[in-house]
Amino acid sequence: MIGNLEVSPAAVYGEGLAAGSLRYQRCGSCGRAVFYPRVGCPHCGSAHLAWETSAGSGTVYSTTTIRSRSGDYNVALIDLDEGYRMMCTVRDDIAGDPRIGDRVVAVVPPGTTAETLSFRRTEQP
Amino acid sequence: MSDPSRGVISIVGAAESDLGRVADGLTSLDLAGQAALRAADDAGIGIHEVDGIFCATSHYAMSGLELAEYLGIRPRYSDSNNLGGASFVSHLLHAIAAIRAGLCTTALIAYGSTQLSDGGKLVTASAPNLYESAYRPRYPVSMYALAAARHMHEFGTTREQLASVAVAAREWARLTPGAFSTEPLTIVDVLASRMVSDPLTVADCCLVTDGGGAIIVTTTERARDLRQPLIPVLGVGEAHWHRSISQMPSLTTTAALDSGVRAFAMAGLDVADVDVVELYDAFTINVPLFLEDLGFCAKGEGGAFVSEGRIAPGGTLPVNTNGGGLSYAHPGMYGIFLLVEAVRQLRGGTGARQVAGAEVALVQANGAVLSAQATALLGSAGTL
Ligand SMILES: [Zn+2]
Repeated sequence: MIGNLEVSPAAVYGEGLAAGSLRYQRCGSCGRAVFYPRVGCPHCGSAHLAWETSAGSGTVYSTTTIRSRSGDYNVALIDLDEGYRMMCTVRDDIAGDPRIGDRVVAVVPPGTTAETLSFRRTEQP
Repeated sequence: MSDPSRGVISIVGAAESDLGRVADGLTSLDLAGQAALRAADDAGIGIHEVDGIFCATSHYAMSGLELAEYLGIRPRYSDSNNLGGASFVSHLLHAIAAIRAGLCTTALIAYGSTQLSDGGKLVTASAPNLYESAYRPRYPVSMYALAAARHMHEFGTTREQLASVAVAAREWARLTPGAFSTEPLTIVDVLASRMVSDPLTVADCCLVTDGGGAIIVTTTERARDLRQPLIPVLGVGEAHWHRSISQMPSLTTTAALDSGVRAFAMAGLDVADVDVVELYDAFTINVPLFLEDLGFCAKGEGGAFVSEGRIAPGGTLPVNTNGGGLSYAHPGMYGIFLLVEAVRQLRGGTGARQVAGAEVALVQANGAVLSAQATALLGSAGTL
């Protein structure tokens, strides 16, 4: 039986960021990681998803620099080490654009929102 | 034994509305309606003979309701399935099912958009994925840029190779009356164009124009009595694996892999049978991706395949023979125009851009961010 929800997946994710942690879901049936947050597992159809806290370490899967009148900025797809992929931005003091394969870590101070979440490179490319 | 859906319906009418920049005040519905009436004229039937309506637009959430009312059609079969630019080839598949089941006999598939007159902004009734929109990707170009960057990383595809797609499209457009962009274009020009979202420049991106298109299909049995050369629908397939780019399993393999296999299986054909190809070239990267996934070349070899004029006029595989979304027209959801150009090539008589002796055309329509794929194989009467 699939019970009623007291709180939405989006709210749990947002509360995690506000508290300084990057949360994702893992399926209790097939064991695979799930992102973006939802009510059921897209891999196996189970409704048994449990929240976990990500170490925030990952690898750039693809990346683009968006040229904008108000300044260039990065958008990247990051493959997290726990086995899920998310879109975010890579922003740091290292010279040059992020590249596919760069190792990155999430920057999640308390008070983070989806809009302020970013990643930074952990080694020189 | 051939597939029971193979060739049971045929395209009997195909037309475009006014294209490019249309008269002030025209609406998307006006353009869809105008294209529909021209398609009925082309078929030599009255629009009220249509009893099945298939319509998707960006402007109207209930597109089928809008267009049927506008044209005074009271359909007994109505399908407003919206797969973005793949909608209309998907509609073709659904029309086969509906007509085979006897749920309608004569189906209109139509589209219209005033995207250029509206200021170029992509109108969409589609809610954003909040886990992506927070990072301000420029929709949809940044999503295709991510795919292009990954293809370059995995296979060594170059910006020059992608640019050759835009150059080939322009060469075709220069042979096509009414094409939107016809100034000469070189690879150097593309590389020097303004970067929008690396590695894609503005010249790697489709046009923004106004326009509508429509086709009319009916049973092949009835089509034989109508005025146009028979264009049987030999095979259609559709597939989608994701909506948001972050959910695409691999950025270098699209669901055209599945839609293509399904269409070829229904048609009982192989890539070697295809004479002319119309692919949805929203961005230059689409063309190598689809040629790979459809089996025209091996995965990863698309960049080399599209180079050196192979897909340009005079090349061995004619692709996007009107100049495509890159140079001919691109009013938001281009898929219907692929069908119209394929029909024109198969009927013959398109002038300087005519592919001599074209008997089989492949159409690959793409929706959203490489999300929905629909493949159609159309033939001449001799292919039945
Ligand atoms: Zn699961």
